[in-house]
Amino acid sequence: MEKATFRIWRGDANEAQYVDYETEVSEGMVVLDAVHRIQAEQANDLAVRWNCKAGKCGSCSAEVNGNPKLLCMTRLNDLPLDQPVTVEPMRAFPIIKDLVTDVSWNFKVKEKMKPFTPRPPDEEDGTWRMEQEDIDHIQEFRKCIECFLCQDVCHVLREHDLHDEFIGPRFFVYAASLEMHPIDTENRLEELKNQDGIGYCNITKCCTKVCPEHITITDNAIIPLKERVVDQFYDPIKRLFRVFSS
Amino acid sequence: MQQPELTLTEHRPFQTQRKDTWWVQPMAVFLGLGLFIVYATFRVFEGNHFIHGPYLTPFYSPLLFIPKHFPELFGPESDTVRHALNHSVFRSTMPSWIPGIITPAVLILWAPLGFRFTCYYYRGAYYKAFWADPPSCTVSEPRKGYRGEHSFPLVVQNIHRYFLYVAIVIVGILAYDVWKALWFDVNGETKFGIGIGTIILAGNVVLLGGYTFGCHSLRHLVGGVVDLLSKAPIRRNMYNCISCLNQRHMLWAWMSLCWVGLSDFYVRTIAVTGWQDYITF
Repeated sequence: MEKATFRIWRGDANEAQYVDYETEVSEGMVVLDAVHRIQAEQANDLAVRWNCKAGKCGSCSAEVNGNPKLLCMTRLNDLPLDQPVTVEPMRAFPIIKDLVTDVSWNFKVKEKMKPFTPRPPDEEDGTWRMEQEDIDHIQEFRKCIECFLCQDVCHVLREHDLHDEFIGPRFFVYAASLEMHPIDTENRLEELKNQDGIGYCNITKCCTKVCPEHITITDNAIIPLKERVVDQFYDPIKRLFRVFSS
Repeated sequence: MQQPELTLTEHRPFQTQRKDTWWVQPMAVFLGLGLFIVYATFRVFEGNHFIHGPYLTPFYSPLLFIPKHFPELFGPESDTVRHALNHSVFRSTMPSWIPGIITPAVLILWAPLGFRFTCYYYRGAYYKAFWADPPSCTVSEPRKGYRGEHSFPLVVQNIHRYFLYVAIVIVGILAYDVWKALWFDVNGETKFGIGIGTIILAGNVVLLGGYTFGCHSLRHLVGGVVDLLSKAPIRRNMYNCISCLNQRHMLWAWMSLCWVGLSDFYVRTIAVTGWQDYITF
């Protein structure tokens, strides 16, 4: 059976190092399978977070050869196995142990965002009526599995550590799904500009590239939100139009 | 085997664990845009060889005035001056108070260049290629501070939609230039024909149109601003068409950039050499 070397990040926030493990690999294996084999045979204390093994729970997010990936969806036959495969935790979040990071910052960000605020119900039974095409417009954003790979790859968070001023691509997708919702009535543009730091995004499209659900984050969520912010705060003609129309 | 290495939070310029050739794309963008900037700067300040017969290079269109030296250089009754005056918006030479370094291209090229400079695609591309901000995804940057487009100077990028308005007008003018490039002087008569130059200039309009009408700002202005597109069928159809072009915005951006350079190079070449291109009558 073929063998491959995995260079795995071991340690915590205070002390850590790469450790090489050689293990047997076979056809159809993904990186998570190899990590599990190493855990079972060579490093019983290796910490890795995982759950569904089907790319739907977003638990096993990490970095494989420097690329943010779901470990369970990264096939070994897509990697060059003639050299060590580097497996690291996500760099944008604090490390707990080995491949496990503390992603709780994301949930705190979500709590601060203005929630879905529907208009009064259309019918007496408390329901609304929507056209399918209007809801299709934002359906793509609902595919997000909150793996936070987009947050990890974003250089504003991973490189510049602006967690206090920038909410990251995941929550721009969330904001877009609310702002563009056909029955939502809330206006989040001031928060997006001032507190959420949408202006920090410089459109590298790295978030779109790493999304395992293939959500077109930059083109369909971030840029449309940036344009709405321009409407509200930077476009003098739009501002004049609003003054006269109000 | 244990291998001590960098900590995860330590960033060294261009440090990455990526094993692919991540530098190829930013390098290609750097070379492509750099080459275009050098060539365009040369052509803008050259102030000559921008018209041949009915062909006007897109770098000098719309031609507001013809250069002061044209009547003296070619003769006031020459074909070149007559064609240039025909293309000129004000049908006159450059006013004497305008300094000589200001060519007709300087007066207009700020608009298409501004449109590209503030374009969402190009922004992402040149931030990587020219500023290494970041050099590529998950590759460390050679600086610590970062303001992005959150504050001055890059907050000015939000002007993009105003450049879009001008760019749409320019695409219309370039289409009119193609119409003019269908009429040739033959033995004192004006005849309809299609030359190689006509085809090149028409291709330029198609590619620039694909790029301009696939713009993210236009997409927003026609439909993205509305949550209930089902109640605005005209907007919905326009939004769908623009979205279709927008999906290949990068491709349109590069094809149109290369073609506009090629169009200028072709017109300059036949203007300098006096070659007669193939024309069907």
